[in-house]
Amino acid sequence: MAFSSEQEQRNLVARHRRSRLFARLCAVVTWSSVFLLAVLLVRVSLDGLSWLDWQFLDSFPSRIPERAGIKAALVGTLWMIVLVALIAIPVGVSAALYLEEFAKRGRLSRLIEVNIANLAGVPSIVYGILGLAIFVRFFALERSLISGALTMSLLILPVIIIASREAIRMVPMSIRYAALSLGATRWQTTWSHVLPSAFPGIMTGVILALSRAIGETAPLILIGAMSFVAFLPQGPMDSFTALPIQIYDWASRPQAEFQELAAAGIIVLLIVLLLMNATAIYIRNKTEKRQK
Amino acid sequence: MDARENADAAADKKKGTEAVLDLQDVSVLYSGKPAVRNVSCAIWRNRITSIIGPSGCGKSTLLRSLNRMNDFVDGVSIEGKILFAGQNLYGGDVDPVEVRRRIGMVFQKPNPFPKSIYANISWGPSINGYDGSMDELVERSLQQAALWEEVKDRLHDSALNLSGGQQQRLCIARALAMEPQVLLMDEPCSALDPISTAHIEDLLFELQSRYTIVIVTHNMQQAARVSDYTAFMETGSLVEFGETDQIFTRPEKKRTEEYVTGRFG
Repeated sequence: MAFSSEQEQRNLVARHRRSRLFARLCAVVTWSSVFLLAVLLVRVSLDGLSWLDWQFLDSFPSRIPERAGIKAALVGTLWMIVLVALIAIPVGVSAALYLEEFAKRGRLSRLIEVNIANLAGVPSIVYGILGLAIFVRFFALERSLISGALTMSLLILPVIIIASREAIRMVPMSIRYAALSLGATRWQTTWSHVLPSAFPGIMTGVILALSRAIGETAPLILIGAMSFVAFLPQGPMDSFTALPIQIYDWASRPQAEFQELAAAGIIVLLIVLLLMNATAIYIRNKTEKRQK
Repeated sequence: MDARENADAAADKKKGTEAVLDLQDVSVLYSGKPAVRNVSCAIWRNRITSIIGPSGCGKSTLLRSLNRMNDFVDGVSIEGKILFAGQNLYGGDVDPVEVRRRIGMVFQKPNPFPKSIYANISWGPSINGYDGSMDELVERSLQQAALWEEVKDRLHDSALNLSGGQQQRLCIARALAMEPQVLLMDEPCSALDPISTAHIEDLLFELQSRYTIVIVTHNMQQAARVSDYTAFMETGSLVEFGETDQIFTRPEKKRTEEYVTGRFG
C-alpha cells in the first residue's frame, strides 16, 4: 500500500498472522474441553440411560439391581439444597455486606479477609472432620440432614462471601452517594440500592457454590450419611443419603449392573445441576432486565 | 455586638437575606494533610453562591463538608465550625443523616438509581416518612426541575434511558423532592453538552427564589452568569468572597483578578 513502506507491510502481515494463530489456539482449547465433556456425557448415557425410568426414580436401594432406585438419594439431595441455601445464603451475603459496606478498614477486617480466602482453599474432607466434631458430636445433631447441611454450608460459605463481595464492590459508589445524600442511613442505602444492584452477581456465586455442595461426597461420608436408606427423611433431624454417595456406593460394587446404575445416578445428578443453573440464569436475566 | 457587626447585619437586611450556613474557620484534612484551610464565609438564603478555583483547590472538598458527605472518605477530619440554623453541623449531637436530609446534593456525573423515573424521585421522601400524595410530589419535583413535560408519559420507564442532561435534571428533581434547605451542586454541568448545560442554568434561575444553592464550577462564565455570590479558592484557601459582580469586575485581590481574567488556572 502506498502509505507504508515494504518493511512495515511485512511486519504488519506477521503481526496479523500471530493474532490469528492465537485465536485458533484459544478455539482449540475451548473446543477440546467441550469435547471431553461430550465424551463423558455419551459414555455415561450409553451405560445408564437404559436404567433410567420411573421405577429407578421411585425406588429405594436394593440388593437386586433391577429393583434398586435412587428415590432416597434424590430426595436427600433436594433436602440438602434447600437447607444449605437457607443457611449459607443469608450468612454468606450478610458477611459480604458487612465486610464491604460496614466494617472499618483495619487490621481486623484484613485478618478476616485473608482467613476467608484461605478457607476457600481448604480440602472438603477437612470440613467433613470439622462437621463430625462440631455438629454431629458436640451439638449432638447426630448423622442427620441438618448436620450435613451445616457442614456443607461451612464448606461453601467462603465461596459465597468472596463472590458476593465481588458483586457488591461492582456497584458504583455514585449510587451509594446518591442514596446517602437523600438522608438515607447506611442500611437503607444497602438494602434498597446496593443489594439489588449486586443481586445478579451474588446469585451467580451462590448457584456455583450450591452446585459444588451437591456434588461433594467426602464431607458427607465423614459425617456419616448412609448409603443404604430405605425411607425418606421427614425432617432435618432424620438420617439421609445423597446422590453422590449413592453413586459412589454403586460404582464401588463389582457387578456390572450396579456400575450402570451408578451411570444412571450420574445422569440424575447432572440433570439436577443443570436445572439449578438454568434457574439461576433465568433469575439473573430477569433481574438484570428489570434494572435496565 | 460591636459597630462593625451591626453594620454587617444592616447590610444583610438590605439584601433581604440571612445566612443559612455560616462557615467559621473551616479546615478539612485528609489524613492530617489540609485540603481546605481556614475558610470563613456565609451562604445566604435564597441566593446562589458559586465556588470557583483551579483544579484541586479544595472547592469540591469544601462543598462536600457542607452536608457531611466527606464522612464516607477514609481519614477525613474537619476543624472549625459550620453553623446551620445556629447548630454546628459537626457537633457531637448532630446526626449526619439528618444533615443530609436537610442539605441536598447533586453530583458531578448524573447518578440516577437504576430504577424507574418515578422511583428515583419517590424513594428519598418515602424512606424519610413522607405521607402526602406521592404522585403530586413526583410531579411537582419534576416540574421544578423542568423535566415533567419530557417524561410525564413514561414515569415508569427506567431512568437510565434518559439522556445525560435529562438524568442530571432528574437528579436535581430527586434532591428537590426532599425540599432541602440548601442544595449543593458539585460541577453539575461538567459531564453535559452545552445545550443541557443551558437547560440546567435556566433551571438554577428558576430555583433561586425558593432554594439556597451552592454550586462548584470550573466554568467561570457559568459562575458569572448564574450566581449572586462567588467564592474564589486557591490551594485550599479562600482567596476572596463577595458579590459576583464585584468579584468579576473589580476584585480586591490580584490573584482573583488574574484568575477571572483567565491569566492562569
